[in-house]
Amino acid sequence: MEKFLINGENDNFEIVVGLEIHAQVNSQAKLFSGSSTKFGSKPNENVSLVDAAMPGMLPVINKHCIKQAVKSGLGLRAKINKFSIFDRKNYFYADLPQGYQISQYSDPIVGEGNVEINFPDGTKKNIGIERLHLEQDAGKSLHDQHPSKSYIDLNRSGVALMEIVSKPDITSPDEAGAFIKKIRSILRFLDTCDGNMEQGSLRCDVNVSVRRAGEPLGTRCEIKNLNSVRFVMMAIVSEAKRQVEEIENGNEIIQETRLFDSDKLETRPMRSKENAHDYRYFPDPDLMPLELTDDFISNIKSSLPLLPDEIRVKLVNDFGLSDYDASVISEEKETSDYFFIATEGKDGKLVSNWLTTELFGSLNKNSLSINNSPIKPKQLGELVGFISDGTISGRIAKDIFAEMFETGSDASSIIDEKGLKQNSNSEDIIKMIDNVINNNQDKVNEYKGGKDKLFGFFVGQVMKDSGGKANPKMVNEILKAKLN
Amino acid sequence: MTEITKKTILEIKEGLKKRDFSALEVTKAFISASEKNKNLNIYNTFTPEKALESSKISQQRIDRGEERLLDGIPIAIKDLFCTKDILTTASSKILSNFIPSYESTVTQKLWDAGALMLGKVSCDEFAMGSSNETSCFGNVINPWSKRNGKNLSPGGSSGGSSSVVSSGSALAATGTDTGGSIRQPVAFCGVTGIKPSYGRCSRWGIVAFASSLDQAGPITKTVSDSALMLNVMSGFDDKDSTSADLDVPDFTQTCNDFKLDKVKIGIPKEYQIDGMSPEIVKLWQQGSEWLKDRGAEIVEVSLPHTKYALPTYYVIAPAEASSNLARYDGVRYGLRNSQDNLDELYAYSRGEGFGYEVQRRILIGTYVLSAGYYDAYYRKAQRVRNLIIQDFQKAFDKVDVLLTPTTPTAAFELGSQLDPISMYMNDVFTVPASLAGLPAMSVPSGLSEDGLPLGLQIIGNQFDENSVLKIAANLENQASFPFLN
Amino acid sequence: MPIDKDIVAKVSNLARIKINNDQLSTISNELESVIEWIDTLNEVNTNGVEPIANVSGQKLPLREDKVTDGGYSEKILNNAPEKESGFFVVPKVVE
Repeated sequence: MEKFLINGENDNFEIVVGLEIHAQVNSQAKLFSGSSTKFGSKPNENVSLVDAAMPGMLPVINKHCIKQAVKSGLGLRAKINKFSIFDRKNYFYADLPQGYQISQYSDPIVGEGNVEINFPDGTKKNIGIERLHLEQDAGKSLHDQHPSKSYIDLNRSGVALMEIVSKPDITSPDEAGAFIKKIRSILRFLDTCDGNMEQGSLRCDVNVSVRRAGEPLGTRCEIKNLNSVRFVMMAIVSEAKRQVEEIENGNEIIQETRLFDSDKLETRPMRSKENAHDYRYFPDPDLMPLELTDDFISNIKSSLPLLPDEIRVKLVNDFGLSDYDASVISEEKETSDYFFIATEGKDGKLVSNWLTTELFGSLNKNSLSINNSPIKPKQLGELVGFISDGTISGRIAKDIFAEMFETGSDASSIIDEKGLKQNSNSEDIIKMIDNVINNNQDKVNEYKGGKDKLFGFFVGQVMKDSGGKANPKMVNEILKAKLN
Repeated sequence: MTEITKKTILEIKEGLKKRDFSALEVTKAFISASEKNKNLNIYNTFTPEKALESSKISQQRIDRGEERLLDGIPIAIKDLFCTKDILTTASSKILSNFIPSYESTVTQKLWDAGALMLGKVSCDEFAMGSSNETSCFGNVINPWSKRNGKNLSPGGSSGGSSSVVSSGSALAATGTDTGGSIRQPVAFCGVTGIKPSYGRCSRWGIVAFASSLDQAGPITKTVSDSALMLNVMSGFDDKDSTSADLDVPDFTQTCNDFKLDKVKIGIPKEYQIDGMSPEIVKLWQQGSEWLKDRGAEIVEVSLPHTKYALPTYYVIAPAEASSNLARYDGVRYGLRNSQDNLDELYAYSRGEGFGYEVQRRILIGTYVLSAGYYDAYYRKAQRVRNLIIQDFQKAFDKVDVLLTPTTPTAAFELGSQLDPISMYMNDVFTVPASLAGLPAMSVPSGLSEDGLPLGLQIIGNQFDENSVLKIAANLENQASFPFLN
Repeated sequence: MPIDKDIVAKVSNLARIKINNDQLSTISNELESVIEWIDTLNEVNTNGVEPIANVSGQKLPLREDKVTDGGYSEKILNNAPEKESGFFVVPKVVE
């Protein structure tokens, strides 16, 4: 891919980006308490005494969250640390009841790994993973309920998060976008995070710096709390432009935490973080170090599902799909699940064509996700099966598909109801062909005189006469024999 | 018959069983003793109606012959244990209006065993202090007084708990011990108390001071009573990740074992420090002699890092406290000093709500954890802590328990120790065992020339409370300490 | 390590404790003497000694992923100095 550059007044600048992705762990209960992680409850409903940091309350860790972190680490091809420590990150904030967040600092549960990101033009890039650690989420402050007050809801307080930190290997907004999508996709395949960015299950902090080509790394700024891929990409550009401008005006970049304003398309310093760099990390004395056994890790390893990269290879090798179709289908768990159900006993390539063109097209037009598709995977498989075995023609299939999409009916019942079954009776077809030849002698002569293009006209006439039901393959064959 | 309030738990249990008196009579006796001793300023919250009510249930069980271990035993609770629907203040202004909706694991166990709550007793604010003078409700007075009549500190932080037992106002009290907060005040007040091994009693529901050091324990008149209380208070709690998942032995079983053949008692030579009063030195030697008389072998041992225990403690405990006390921010409970800006609200609420000693320790703790100092102070202290633990491990390869004085002096006059480091020196003999998480007990063993109680400390190997209790019982038996009540 | 008023001001800000200016010098003197005393730890050779964070000797216990707690917002809010419609209330936090 072409190098992404920010064009300044005088020079061009490269950008260097590192991402921190906060992914909410899929679990029933919180990381250190037994209260629910359910989204959308009444304020302070899913809050235990521990989550509210009542005096004398103590954390007890959720085993499932540890498993989920290890699973995610394995999915990121990362080193699992058999010894890790929970530290306290100390700072004051309205929605941080303990006055500290239990996190992992010096010894995270997962170390270095990497993921591959793919681009539409077929190019790939490896992005390094620095670490993945477990930590508690904070509560939520609502600032729009009262003119001079903020309202605090602790329902999220204590929910388990995985913070995934990339290496500064990202050099364009597109790469950043592709990286987040890939991480999201992997976590969703693993069922360790639902990846729902609207509900905040996946949030990003972005570290951005700029430099002239060949120069050492510049000072970075961190942009916090970005909750969509689009915003991440926009924030990177806005921040990089700001930094370039500062540098070209002879100013130094100050390392700081900033917020992105998506209306104004600019970043600004975050006030609450002005003096907050001294987090006074130390090991949480309420929790012993976490020690994982080889068995614990290998049990998780042996139950890992196929991940997007592996599925892509499988789709190409076992189903004969193009690289492009394979990436499209393997990108989202729902799509690949859909494909594998639809394709059971069917022609994979044909299923893939119908899935990526017809179904995606109709879903897009109706702003539906594949989860809400009126045509269920088994139904699409049946339709494709009818095409393969000659029950219907491809053209008729499109009509049937449209009706299926509208009504949710099965292909078989539509075919029966409307008598759309393909006619493969050679006597019928010969009769229809003879009819067309008789009625169009002038064209026959032209054809025989060398006007090959007219062949399509005869096919069309026969198909029209049959109401589209004549087996097109047979029509072609018999016509060719008759005319030559 | 001896007055009810002069009896031990075991004697009261016996009397209740034999119908010498009823649970109600016992309760009333301690309620009126508590009222009589009002001048000692022991109670933060007095709950006589609660004790009276529970005494009826106890009596019913006793009448049915189904009495539980502590049925009909009135006790006091250090105001650091959260008690459901009853004010829990940690003797701090910042919690002066806090009513928990929950009961600490240890107190719940006590109520389940039939114990009756007389009330919540004073302590140093957030258990930070060695004199009980840092309580926001004013100091507690030691029931013992100097011949000159001057009021004495009961010690701290469990000063209220020690005073309440010493004055005969309760049969027992709960305490907590972070660096000596049970052992030092019981020595000052002439009563008995044990800090069990770290992890023996659940910390759930106890207002935290320093999480890696805090342990609950009982304060009573006698060793056997402490053992009985500890039987009830101990045990694994799945709500406390640091709680020990071990069987709890019957702690009373060794309290009547007066043969010490084959028992080796270690005398750590580093505990002979400058400034220790001669009467303490004498008592320590006397203690050795008593144990020797019972057949024990006395062995000198070395704990070379002893002198570094206090500075180590004064890094670790304030560091943990600075973080543990961050939750008192005026947002969800406790005192709020209303301000227009959240950071100001925090600073003014905490500035007003925390007393001076607590503020000082939070500042020390914040400083030693802050950027650039973490390795030099906190990590360093954790390494020295390891060396202190190794010292003990080596000693326990050779001996069964260690015998030391509990404090370097007898109780001091209220208001007499103003500079922090000399106050911290009170804990010089108690802090090392805290850092190593070892069980340690103080037994009143004699009187100073001034007629004040002096205690001897027995330190045992991890989770070997039984050896500690056995040696303590022997000292108690030999000392025949003249209890005030 | 000298501890001046600026350090005390910085530390008290980190700890969110309001300290009056007239107390700053007393506190800085006291902290300095305590820190000086703590500095005696430098006499100890701790090369190769592991730092110890917890003495319980236990393994970290793990909990099952079950919802066993919560659902009592009124208890959570019971002691709140200021609350409204089920929320804790604080002065507006401006970002």
